[in-house]
Amino acid sequence: MEKIRKRRFGIIASLVLAALILLGAFWASVTIDKNKTHQDTLARVERKGQITWGVKADTKLFGLMDTKTAQPAGFEIDLAKAMTAQIAKQTNTKLSAAFVPVSSASRIQLLKNTNIDGLISTMTITPERAKIVDFTNVYFNAGQSLLVKKDSGIQSVKDMNDPKYTVLVVVGTTAAQETKKYAPKAKIIALQDYASAMQALKSGQGQALSTDNAILYGLATENPDYHLVGGVFTKAPYGMAFDHNQKPMTKQANRALKTLQENGTYNRLVEKWFHNVPGLDWHDLEVNK
Amino acid sequence: MSLLNQYFSVFVQGFGHTLLASIIALIGSLVLGTLFAIMQVSSSKTGRIIGNIYVQVFRNIPLLIITLFLYLAVAKVIKMTGFVAGTVGLTLYTSAFIAESVRAGILSIEAGQMEGARANGLTFNQAMRVIILPQAFKVAIPSLGNQFINLVKNSSILAFVGGLDLMYQGNLVAASSFDTFTTYIIIGVFYLVITMPLSYYVQHLETKLKKKA
Repeated sequence: MEKIRKRRFGIIASLVLAALILLGAFWASVTIDKNKTHQDTLARVERKGQITWGVKADTKLFGLMDTKTAQPAGFEIDLAKAMTAQIAKQTNTKLSAAFVPVSSASRIQLLKNTNIDGLISTMTITPERAKIVDFTNVYFNAGQSLLVKKDSGIQSVKDMNDPKYTVLVVVGTTAAQETKKYAPKAKIIALQDYASAMQALKSGQGQALSTDNAILYGLATENPDYHLVGGVFTKAPYGMAFDHNQKPMTKQANRALKTLQENGTYNRLVEKWFHNVPGLDWHDLEVNK
Repeated sequence: MSLLNQYFSVFVQGFGHTLLASIIALIGSLVLGTLFAIMQVSSSKTGRIIGNIYVQVFRNIPLLIITLFLYLAVAKVIKMTGFVAGTVGLTLYTSAFIAESVRAGILSIEAGQMEGARANGLTFNQAMRVIILPQAFKVAIPSLGNQFINLVKNSSILAFVGGLDLMYQGNLVAASSFDTFTTYIIIGVFYLVITMPLSYYVQHLETKLKKKA
């Protein structure tokens, strides 16, 4: 009798547990679905009085967490602030900018889940990504390159096409997908962020770190033993991203970007962040008014 | 499901690495853990001190730090891949917990058994091996089972050092398919494929040994 009762309790408990798990999964998928077809980003931003930007926190020059102020700082951060002010002017609302650090791997999901309103995080415009997010016009032209130790003898990505070499990349970047095409024989190891990828390069876990040249310049300024080689072998135009089908927000952002480029704000920010980067002529980055 | 089809080989590759790392770490940590448990209860003072320090150090430092230390610092001297660094880190970390479980098992055996064995002419090591440890493991099995299940799940640490395991491949798939939700559900199921049989086996072992005794 006792045994039967115990067994019955066990069966009921498992059923209840299974039902709970199913319900939880159902609830989660409904929430995600709701977020997929969610409201207008521009309307939400105006209601909140704030644009929450997803930014990089591990990328020197673009978005790097300042350990003293606990705020990210960089070209993209300043540009996002200027964009926010400009959009506020255009829409006649009061808007402030808030920043959430994102990783390359999680940023699109965060945007989809509306944890953030927009992305300005060294994100290359690609056709695959454009299917699921809305990109603004290009705000920075980068290209993939290689960072190697100065005495390594490696000159270009072609030299890396050998099974004895390992190329380090970061999860979720275009480099993680593209490197294979240019060095199919090399081993490719993806790490979580640029900080750990740089550490791994220094520890000899790989012979080269590959990603956009703009990011590599930032790493090279901090690590003088390393330099960029071989120029760029892909084109990587950066765009800001909003959720899919957010025409009003994207339109406002494009208008704001155009204004900032025309009134000289953009060039001032370029000078501020890129004027003393070794191996880079910041005048090349300026836009012509 | 189309995601599973499209990336099946990637998931399987990750599954293989996770399984391999788990098996190596399981055996390694069982051997190391038992060794340090014996040291902790031995009559030699240095042995006790060394055993204690080992357990306290590896039990109280986060696994991520141990692994990154191996991958980024130790690898400068001794070449090792992310897979090796992750597996070794996992072994060291888990062995500290296993040492504690085994030690508890040993302590649950009355002192008289050891004394009796020694009085009959067995050395400390012999008495440990033939008399004490077989009984101690019987007592320790439920908590050892816990450690092993934790070990399999903790093997996801390999993802942080490019260890090619399930979690690592999952991150790559999530990043290139943009479907984070489905990817992580699939990975979760793959982990269950390892941990569920493991936990049933431990349960089975427990009842079997109870019947014997």
